[in-house]
Amino acid sequence: MKPSPFEFLRPATLAEALEALAGNPHAKVLAGGQSLIPLLSMRLAAPEMLVDINGLDELAYVRASTDGVRVGALARHAEVQADADAERVQPLLAQALALVAHPTIRNRGTTVGSIVHADASAEMPVVLSLLSGSLTVASAASTRTIPASELYAGPMESTLQQGEIATEAFFPALAPGAGVAFDEIARRHGDYALCGVAAVVTVDDARKVESVRCGYLSVCEVPTVLDLSEVFASGAVGDAALAAAGELALGSLEPEADIHASADYRAQLVRVLTARVVRAAYDDAVDRSDRRVR
Amino acid sequence: MTEVTNEQAYEVRLRVNGVAYDVTVPARRLLSDALRHDLGLTGTHVGCEHGVCGACTVLVDGRPMRSCLMLAVSAGDYEITTVEGLTNADGSLSPVQQAFKECHGLQCGFCTPGFLTTITAGIAENPDPTREEAREMVSGNLCRCTGYQNIVEAVCVAAKLARGAEVAP
Ligand SMILES: Cc1cc2nc3c(=O)[nH]c(=O)nc-3n(C[C@H](O)[C@H](O)[C@H](O)COP(=O)(O)OP(=O)(O)OC[C@H]3O[C@@H](n4cnc5c(N)ncnc54)[C@H](O)[C@@H]3O)c2cc1C
Ligand code: FES
Ligand code: FES
Repeated sequence: MKPSPFEFLRPATLAEALEALAGNPHAKVLAGGQSLIPLLSMRLAAPEMLVDINGLDELAYVRASTDGVRVGALARHAEVQADADAERVQPLLAQALALVAHPTIRNRGTTVGSIVHADASAEMPVVLSLLSGSLTVASAASTRTIPASELYAGPMESTLQQGEIATEAFFPALAPGAGVAFDEIARRHGDYALCGVAAVVTVDDARKVESVRCGYLSVCEVPTVLDLSEVFASGAVGDAALAAAGELALGSLEPEADIHASADYRAQLVRVLTARVVRAAYDDAVDRSDRRVR
Repeated sequence: MTEVTNEQAYEVRLRVNGVAYDVTVPARRLLSDALRHDLGLTGTHVGCEHGVCGACTVLVDGRPMRSCLMLAVSAGDYEITTVEGLTNADGSLSPVQQAFKECHGLQCGFCTPGFLTTITAGIAENPDPTREEAREMVSGNLCRCTGYQNIVEAVCVAAKLARGAEVAP
């Protein structure tokens, strides 16, 4: 289990990195390596050249402002998770990052890398999608911003083009009246989830539900976001509405069987986790509204 | 090591346990292999070679990372600490090593280097972990022998020993 040979470049600036990528159509970006190096070692990937972006200090940042959190390509999962300002502006980030692998992996793996890697079992692509965030990508020729809704083309496939480097992910701030929650079931703590659900619930001044959106991981080929507001039309988060939310979600999801779980079991996890996170996100929204009023 | 291919070699200065080593390696040399084969520091063990078992964990600028998931050519920027670098300057056992010995925290010892490095960083960050926090601290490391009870115990004892060492004159 050793990688096959490749050429290696470690540029010091983004411009140099983009130039190197433009010059070799079989080059790949190396960020934290926590997904790429296993693929190399198992020889599931065999690029001719690696362009190591770990020297691009200009991309090592987490910036929180009132509109949201900007995460540079070299920000490690652990750094984003520990950033108190980021947590205040968008609390779903730290909640989700606590479920990404183990602390040791989070010390090296990057949040932007995991978003580009496009694994439908990963937490951060779902978070970016649920929050309607975006990814900024640069090439030698230009820079563009891809909305999360246009980022995922298929299993392990993002819409980044060869020669592009993702420089920054943008996670919009939590809106007033909104609350969030994330939960997942994994065989062992730190493993990829069998099913995971993130929710954003907004409430009005009378604590009535205005909107409910959920993001799902490990139940479809791509990160999937669903609007479940219609079953909460009464404004209340009762058991019947929560059960209906799970069924509504299943109408749009395609849980599949694999060696870890049957399709039926995954469907059951969708029901249980949808109810759990919608309730938790509702409670969070009410809590935050109360604190704002006080 | 002799190379059987004519693949390009890269020079990198690895700083490990306070010593600088200049090595010439192909780009695909994993840091774990560079430590073991090029530097002869065989204390770092390799189990799964894809990030799951934790046996190869080393400290990179003091933070635990998988050496099987880093390239040696990318590691020149950092201060690396392997299990060989954990002992006190006088050669005596560090608090974590001492605790593993006292608590019977190892049997075959294969997983041990990864636990020792992980816990060394863990108790530096959290000097007084609860049992639950101790379990979380080692949750990314696999051990096939001990059943983990004595390892969790060793985390708590190590933290206590380290705190004691700090207050001692
Ligand atoms: C044991 C283990 C358990 C894990 N468990 C989980 C888990 O539960 N949940 C989870 O989400 N992840 C998990 N991971 C993966 C981890 O989160 C990775 O860090 C992440 O998927 C990839 O980030 P990276 O920086 O390591 O990227 P790399 O491995 O360096 O790159 C991954 C891919 O993205 C591309 N890429 C990376 N950055 C850029 C960029 N800036 N621009 C363009 N292309 C880029 C690379 O070319 C490559 O194709 C686990 C990993 C391990 C080893
Ligand atoms: S050998 Fe590196 S984690 Fe198993
Ligand atoms: S002591 Fe044998 S694997 Fe842990």
